[in-house]
Amino acid sequence: MIRSSAVEMASALAKGEITSVALTQLHFDRIASVDTDVHAFLHLDTDGALAQAAAVDAKRAKGEKLSPLAGIPLALKDVLVQKGIPTTCGSKILEGWRPPYDSTVVTNLKNNDIIILGKTNMDEFAMGSSTENSAYGPTHNPWDLSRIPGGSGGGSAAALAAFEAPLAIGTDTGGSIRQPAAVTGTVGVKPTYGGVSRYGLVAFSSSLDQAGPCARTVLDTALLHEAIAGHDPRDSTSINAPVPNVVAAAKSGDVKGMKIGVVKELNGDGYQPGVRARFDESLELLAKAGAEIVEVSCPNFEYALAAYYLIAPSECSSNLARFDAMRYGLRVGDVDGASAEEVMNLTREVGFGREVKRRIILGTYALSSGYYDAYYGSAQKVRTLITQDFTSAFTKADVLVSPTCPTTAFKIGEKSNDPLAMYLNDIATIPVNMAGIGGMSLPSGVADEDGLPVGFQIMSPVMKDERMYLVGAALEAALLSKWGAPILSKAPSLGGLA
Amino acid sequence: MSSLSRDEVANLARLARIEMSEEELVNLASEFTVILEAVARVQEVASADVAPTSHPLPLRNVFRPDVTKPSLTPEEALSGAPASEEQRFRVPQILGEEA
Repeated sequence: MIRSSAVEMASALAKGEITSVALTQLHFDRIASVDTDVHAFLHLDTDGALAQAAAVDAKRAKGEKLSPLAGIPLALKDVLVQKGIPTTCGSKILEGWRPPYDSTVVTNLKNNDIIILGKTNMDEFAMGSSTENSAYGPTHNPWDLSRIPGGSGGGSAAALAAFEAPLAIGTDTGGSIRQPAAVTGTVGVKPTYGGVSRYGLVAFSSSLDQAGPCARTVLDTALLHEAIAGHDPRDSTSINAPVPNVVAAAKSGDVKGMKIGVVKELNGDGYQPGVRARFDESLELLAKAGAEIVEVSCPNFEYALAAYYLIAPSECSSNLARFDAMRYGLRVGDVDGASAEEVMNLTREVGFGREVKRRIILGTYALSSGYYDAYYGSAQKVRTLITQDFTSAFTKADVLVSPTCPTTAFKIGEKSNDPLAMYLNDIATIPVNMAGIGGMSLPSGVADEDGLPVGFQIMSPVMKDERMYLVGAALEAALLSKWGAPILSKAPSLGGLA
Repeated sequence: MSSLSRDEVANLARLARIEMSEEELVNLASEFTVILEAVARVQEVASADVAPTSHPLPLRNVFRPDVTKPSLTPEEALSGAPASEEQRFRVPQILGEEA
């Protein structure tokens, strides 16, 4: 059962073949058997989840009308607050903190009766591409435990790939949903910026952060997308418009006559041969399904990475100022006679990890007078150019596509001492965040040279998120009939029989 | 311009309120030489005629009716405080006055 899709689980629940309590317990059993190796979770809310599941079972027994994902378990990235449940953002500075309120994403999950199993591991404050920057130790890729599961949402993606949960929530500032999805053989969507509320999402880079759905199939992802999306008056950047019809698109998968634009700049040199091979094969399958493949050029994308590593650190240096040891979280050095400033300095020294400090200092520099125009100001101009590239490309194509990342999962430790090499993982995912558009990654197979999963990225214009689901569903169906089984069936089974 | 000295990093750390060891300062300074060289590439295309974008959406003020709604109780608001006293956050000395 735990290897089924959420849709299949929902159908079993509806038919009375299993209860939500039993389904939830099966997932806790699975977690108990494999998470010592995978380390996807930082915290499990066993009692809360089972109580929530019992309540859903009671509603169902009474014949109440339930949402499509009612009773299905989910893994929540530890950057979204849930009332009374520890929220660390992978940082020591928040160790033991229990937020006094629910994020809107959590409220929406609860309103849809989706069962929250626990909080998943991540790079500290979502800064990283490997989950190695978590203060609580790395998460391991279920495909090969010596490899990274991507980041920052490596815990959520690994939980899906290890069958610890059929649904998960991630957040994506520069690729933190899509790159983990790519390297674990799962599906992840970064919705249009403003499509899902950021209320209660601990901010890293406010103009780029976006929460989104993760799952093992395109339709499951769409159902979760619909459950969490929508206007929220508590987020001033929330878009006040109907949620794009992503579920209908995922069910249809009809790409006949659609124009799919291949971004010339997001391929070629620097992309692993197996990544390129799977990408080309996916294009052929989409062409066979009736789509027209065209090439588009986005010449300013080559500056996206540089602009991102100025904008995101600048915003982070400001956002993370709130961790000041005064109102919540860690406080160090509060001895008689110590000043507030000394306590802040010591707390932030002890509480923040290396990458977080690196980015705070970089952002402080980029925003300092005398350098502002040269760095942050120039990066903002590049952001304009990237958005213009997208606008122009979307006049030639309905969606744009590329490999999600240049390589398959690398070894834990391989890049941890080379920040620039690590940053390059996000080269194909960052432009989407800069322009605030939608992006999806779904599995396109495994690379011949290493047998590890490869991601296919689909990008859609602002609030046209349904287009990625159309293309994703078409490709998923074509690949499934080619492989005969979902890609995760090729992954090694962990912890004995599932 | 694309490099930072140990002293410049120390000044930034002071501005960002992070105590740093000598080793951290030296390491960061050397890493920054590489990182700044890479990010400085934005200057190649950031000409005067390009308008800056700070945000993907056109931002405007959002208003709501001025109606009181339930909010956190003082106990909830203080639930994560490292120290509290009389329904307030207790913080270390802020001004440099004598004790």
